[in-house]
Amino acid sequence: MEIRLEHLTKKFPNRDRKRIRGASSIPQDVTAVNDFTFTIPDGKLIGLLGPSGCGKSTTLNLISGLLEPTDGRIFFGDDDVTELPPEKRGIGLVFQNYALYPHLTVRQNILFPLENRKGKDRLSKEQMLAMADEAARLVQIDKLMERRPGELSGGQQQRVAIARALVKQPRVLLLDEPLSNLDARLRLQTRDEIRRIQRETGITTVFVTHDQDEAMSISDLIVVMKEGVVQQIGKPQEVYDSPANLFVAKFLGTPPINVFEGRVRGGKLYIGEDAVLEHRRNAQRFLHRRCDLPPMRSEGAFPHADSVSAGEGTAVLPDCDVWVGIRPEGFLLREDGPLCCDLNGVEVMGRDISVLSRNKASVNPVVRSIIGTENKVDTSAGTVRFALRPEKVFLFDRDSEERL
Amino acid sequence: MNMARGRFDKVKGWLYLLPAILFLGAFLVYPLIDVFIYSFEEGYNFTSQTYFGTGLYNYSYVLHDPYFLQAVINTFILVVITVPVSTGIALLISVALHSVKRFRNFLQTVYFLPYVTNTLAVGLVFMILFKKTPYSDGLINQLINLFGGTSVDFIDGPYWAKMFVLCTYTIWVVMPFKILILTGALASVNEDYYKAARVDGTSKFRIFRKITLPMISPMIFYLVITGFIGAFKAYSDVVALFGTDLNAAGMNTIVGYVYDMLYGDSGGYPSYASAAAIILFVIILTITCINLMVSRKNVHY
Repeated sequence: MEIRLEHLTKKFPNRDRKRIRGASSIPQDVTAVNDFTFTIPDGKLIGLLGPSGCGKSTTLNLISGLLEPTDGRIFFGDDDVTELPPEKRGIGLVFQNYALYPHLTVRQNILFPLENRKGKDRLSKEQMLAMADEAARLVQIDKLMERRPGELSGGQQQRVAIARALVKQPRVLLLDEPLSNLDARLRLQTRDEIRRIQRETGITTVFVTHDQDEAMSISDLIVVMKEGVVQQIGKPQEVYDSPANLFVAKFLGTPPINVFEGRVRGGKLYIGEDAVLEHRRNAQRFLHRRCDLPPMRSEGAFPHADSVSAGEGTAVLPDCDVWVGIRPEGFLLREDGPLCCDLNGVEVMGRDISVLSRNKASVNPVVRSIIGTENKVDTSAGTVRFALRPEKVFLFDRDSEERL
Repeated sequence: MNMARGRFDKVKGWLYLLPAILFLGAFLVYPLIDVFIYSFEEGYNFTSQTYFGTGLYNYSYVLHDPYFLQAVINTFILVVITVPVSTGIALLISVALHSVKRFRNFLQTVYFLPYVTNTLAVGLVFMILFKKTPYSDGLINQLINLFGGTSVDFIDGPYWAKMFVLCTYTIWVVMPFKILILTGALASVNEDYYKAARVDGTSKFRIFRKITLPMISPMIFYLVITGFIGAFKAYSDVVALFGTDLNAAGMNTIVGYVYDMLYGDSGGYPSYASAAAIILFVIILTITCINLMVSRKNVHY
C-alpha cells in the first residue's frame, strides 16, 4: 500500500509560557511536523530518522491516526484516511515498549485484535487461532504461545508485538523505535529480522529511529528530520554520499564526519593555510553548485537520484567561507599530502586504523580519520599529512549550512 | 573473623527490630494472647482477678445469646452489601473522574471530602436527613412524601429501614478512600496499552474489562480485603446513627457486642467479650483466606 503524505503539519499548543522569550507574550504553537510531503512507495521499508524531538514519532502517530494533523492530508493508496480513526485505517502499530498486555498469554495477546471484530467481520474461533499461529510462525515465536510477556526476553516480546500488529493483516506496518529497548547484540539480530519479516510480507513499513546505523542498515529509504522539517529523503547510501546540508552530514555516519572551517579562494579550498583541494580536478564532484535545488523538501521518492549522477553545470564557486565536512574514510595518508594535522594517537581496530589528530580549523576537538591497515603511521612524528578523497569532502554554506 | 562478623550482623539486625518488637509485643501480641486465655476462663473478674473454671462455656454462652446472633447477622448484612456496592460505585466514579480533563482536581477534592470529615458529625447529618418525629420529617422523608409515599422512620422504625440507613452511611463514608486509591491506580496504567487497544479497534467496554480491570486488579483486591475487614469491625458508625443502646435498637454489631459485654450497662463480662472477639477474629481470618484464594486466579500483579 502506497502512503501519500501531503503538506502534513502538526502543531501542538504551547502550554509553557516561560519558554518563549520574545516580543509576544501569547504562547505560540509548537510545530512538531512542518509541511511534510512525501510518497512512500508500496512495499518498501522506510526509516524516519532524526534526533529526539524532531517530529519523527509525531509523523508516525499521524500516519497511525492516534494524532490528528493540523493541516495536510494522508492517503493510503487512493483512500483519503486523514479523517479516519486508527482502527479504520488498517494499520499495525508496534510500540516502543511493545505494550503487550501482561496478564494475557502470548496467544491471547496475538488474538486480541481479531477478537475485537464484530458482526460479519468476526471470524470463527478456528480461523482466529489459525491466523494467530501463522503470525507467530512468521516471527518465530510459535513455541512460546502459552507464556506471558513477563516470561519472555526483550527480543521475544518485540516479536510478539510484531505478530500482534501483523495478525490482522494491516495495509501498513508502523514501528516506533523498534530496537531501542534491546541490547546491542539483539539489536543487530532483530533488525535483520524486521527486514526479513517486511520482505516476506511485502507490507509497506515505516519505522522511527534515532539511531542512524539502524536506519541505514535496513531501510529502503530514509527520511532525515530535524525540528519538524524534513531535511533529506533518499536511499541510505545516497544520503550518506550526498548529504543535503551540514545537519544530515553530521547525523549520518559512525564515526561522525569531521567538520572544519574552510575558505574557497580562487577556486581552491583552504583549511587553515593548507590548500587541500582544487576545484578543477574535482569540480564535478564537490564544487558542483546545487543551490538551485530547493532545500530537500522531499519531492518524489529519490530527490537526489539525478543530481548525483549529473555532473554537468559545474559552476566554479565564488570566494566564500564554508564549512568543510570530511568523512573519516575520506583521508589518505600521504607524506606530501596538503592537509597537515598534529598527531594525537592511533587506534588499531583490527580491520582498519583510526588516526586521531588535531587541527586548528577543526570544529571538533579531535579529527578522526580511518585508514587501511596497510598504512604505517609514524607515531614518533608530531604531525601527520593527509590527502583527501574529493568524493568524501562536502562543502556547506557558512550561514545556511546548505550543501554547496 | 567471618563467623564473628556474621554473629554481630545478626545481633545488629535484632537490635534494629527491637523497638518495633517491644511495642508490638506489649500492645498487640500480649493482649491478643490474653484475650485468647480469657475466652476460656469462665466468669473472670477484673477486680478480683479470679475465675471459676476453664472450658468452652463462654463460647457456648455467646453463641446462644440472641443479641450476639443478631449482631452477627447485622454485621454480615453490612459486609455483604457495603463492600461490593462501595467498591463498584467507587470504581465507576474513578473511571468517570479519570476520563474528565477539566475540573478533575476540583472533583477529586470534592469526592475526598467525606474522608476528612468526623464520623460522628457525618452520623449526625445522616440522622437529620433520615429522621422522622411526630412533628417534622427529615429531607429524605420529605422527598418520599413528594413522590406520594408515606414517611418512614429510618432511625427508630422498621429493621430494613435502619439497615438501609446504616448501609448507605457506611458506603458513603468508605467511598473517598477507595476513589483515591482507584484514581491513582487508573492513572498508573500506561497510556500505550490504551493506544494499542485503540489501534486494534477495541470497544470501550472491552478495553475496560480486558485491560483496565486486570491492570488495576491488585488495587481492587486490596480495597476488597481492607473493606471486608473494616466492615466486620464496624461500630462507631452504628453508634453515630443509633446511639449507644444498640441491642435495644436491634442494630448491634459484633464489635458493639464486645464493647457492651465489657463496658455497657449490662457489661462487666470480659470472658464473654473475649470469646466474642475471638469468634470475630476467626471470621475475619476465614474470609481473608477465602479472598486470597479467589484472588490468586483473578488478580494480576
